[in-house]
Amino acid sequence: MMTKKTRKPMGRNKRQNWVGWSFLSLWVIGFAVFTLYPILMSLYYSFSTVVLDGSGIQVTLVGLANYRAAFSTTAGFAFLSSVSDFAIEILFKVPIITVFAIIIAVLLNQKMKLRGIFRGIYFLPVIIASGPVINQLVNQGAATIPIVEEMGILDFINATFTPALARPIANVFQELIIILWFSGVQILLFIAALQKIDRSIYEAAMIDGAGPWESFWKITMPSLRSMIIVSVVFTIINLATFSENAAIAHIKRNMWISDTGFGFSSAIAWLYFIALAVILVIVVGIFRAFGRDKAVRR
Amino acid sequence: MNQNKLARIRRKIFGKQFGDGLIGRTALYLILAIVGFVYLFPLIKMFTFSIMDLGDLVDPIVEWIPTHVYIENYRTGLIVLQYGKTLLFSLAVTLVPAILQTVTTSLTGYALAKFSVKGKRIVFALILLTYLLPQQVYMIPKYVLFNELGILESAWSIILPSGFGQGLSSAIFILIFYQFFRMQPTSLDESAEIDGANQYQIFFKIGMPLAAPAYITAFLFSFVWYWNETYISSLFLGTDLYTLQLKLLNFQSQFNIAQGLTQTMTNEAIRYAATILIILPVLIIYLVMQKWFVEGVDRTGVTGE
Repeated sequence: MMTKKTRKPMGRNKRQNWVGWSFLSLWVIGFAVFTLYPILMSLYYSFSTVVLDGSGIQVTLVGLANYRAAFSTTAGFAFLSSVSDFAIEILFKVPIITVFAIIIAVLLNQKMKLRGIFRGIYFLPVIIASGPVINQLVNQGAATIPIVEEMGILDFINATFTPALARPIANVFQELIIILWFSGVQILLFIAALQKIDRSIYEAAMIDGAGPWESFWKITMPSLRSMIIVSVVFTIINLATFSENAAIAHIKRNMWISDTGFGFSSAIAWLYFIALAVILVIVVGIFRAFGRDKAVRR
Repeated sequence: MNQNKLARIRRKIFGKQFGDGLIGRTALYLILAIVGFVYLFPLIKMFTFSIMDLGDLVDPIVEWIPTHVYIENYRTGLIVLQYGKTLLFSLAVTLVPAILQTVTTSLTGYALAKFSVKGKRIVFALILLTYLLPQQVYMIPKYVLFNELGILESAWSIILPSGFGQGLSSAIFILIFYQFFRMQPTSLDESAEIDGANQYQIFFKIGMPLAAPAYITAFLFSFVWYWNETYISSLFLGTDLYTLQLKLLNFQSQFNIAQGLTQTMTNEAIRYAATILIILPVLIIYLVMQKWFVEGVDRTGVTGE
């Protein structure tokens, strides 16, 4: 008794799915060709010796040799020490940037005249801070507040800390302004978060007798918590991929060394990514742990 | 009565909240102004030094204010950078990728925000991966790939990836558009659909125009980031093509090559003048479009809900 079903038009969900993928298609093609394929090849190279000659590239698998070289050759040691320098750098720079961004954001969030101009000033460096420009400023000594050198802070640092620690700390002081220059986006993120806090909470707290200091720690900071994580992750990645970063310079320089070349360079690039991932996991983990602490107490 | 008056005066001076009273106000402006000055210190130093001549540079008495305005440094800078020609090329590898990247990432963000696409989670994970994984990790195979495609040492090596949503910080722009399109009410789309519009018409006639702020912000950031980029361009453009930033990176060698200079050595004044010439285009754009940069972060809802 069943008549042959005429083909129904596609269901809405199915149609949606296809239309969605058609919007995504450019990205999918791009991801496959310009990202996924290079990532897989990079993994493959990192386990191989890659030789470039007239006829093209010759790739021979050598197992873990490149990774072993990273921990046993001078080039490898130079790279590793630049990575550990970077880790120490993060330890100093990220808190400085984050605290500075929060303070400026809180100040800029007050009702005031000239707010637009101040915001414009604090965001300006984001627009002009390219590798070569910052390079010029640091090399010419324009990145330091003159007071830092006049007061002998650098001598003090060199005298008090072990050389391994003194170098990054001295760096922080010498490039203090440039470090602060990396906080433009973070300031805006915090301002956006601050504006979402309901003003009536502050009023309620005030009626209950809380001063501005208490309000800041009990209302403002907890509301900024998730934005602090976002900002810290952004800062770390921003610093990690900055073109003047020493570790990244190593990866690039090693590309053109003929006997080790692409293979070794790919291997240290992956090591760099692993280091970065570990740092990010630790940092986010720390924030998570703090958050849980709070929740338990409440 | 008297106490009331006292309290009112006190409140006026100290304020009810931080930054409310007279003292708070003054402190607020003072702190912001001082920190702002320190913040801009490198720029100010760069500018004053760029108009100093050699005499002023070595003169220990002249510390901040040059004895006269000396623009020869800028002339030298223009020659060394080959400004006109390099600027045009810089714009080509900045403007074109910025536009393409904005369009493609908006399509991607729209798809994720409006359609129930199967595998959405995977796509999101991959987008996040492209953000977290430093470009440097897969730069080498990309170099080999571009070499095989024959687009190495040409502007295409910068332009092509951006057109497919794999440009500079594409992931961030996709997330911006995703957030923005998700906040758009669906009722408009639905009524258009009932009126017989297909999804592509809805995107071009409703989605795109309503998202104008997101487009402007994404384009501006994209433009600035491409302008400031040197790692990818130094690798892919080879040794014959130069953007302004790359010229600055190799300023000394470029200086030695340049013809028709009165000086034989670079000094910091010349380098500062060249640096200013390079940040000038983005600086002008920033001054004109400032509110799109600064408010864009808020308006596009990057901050999430």
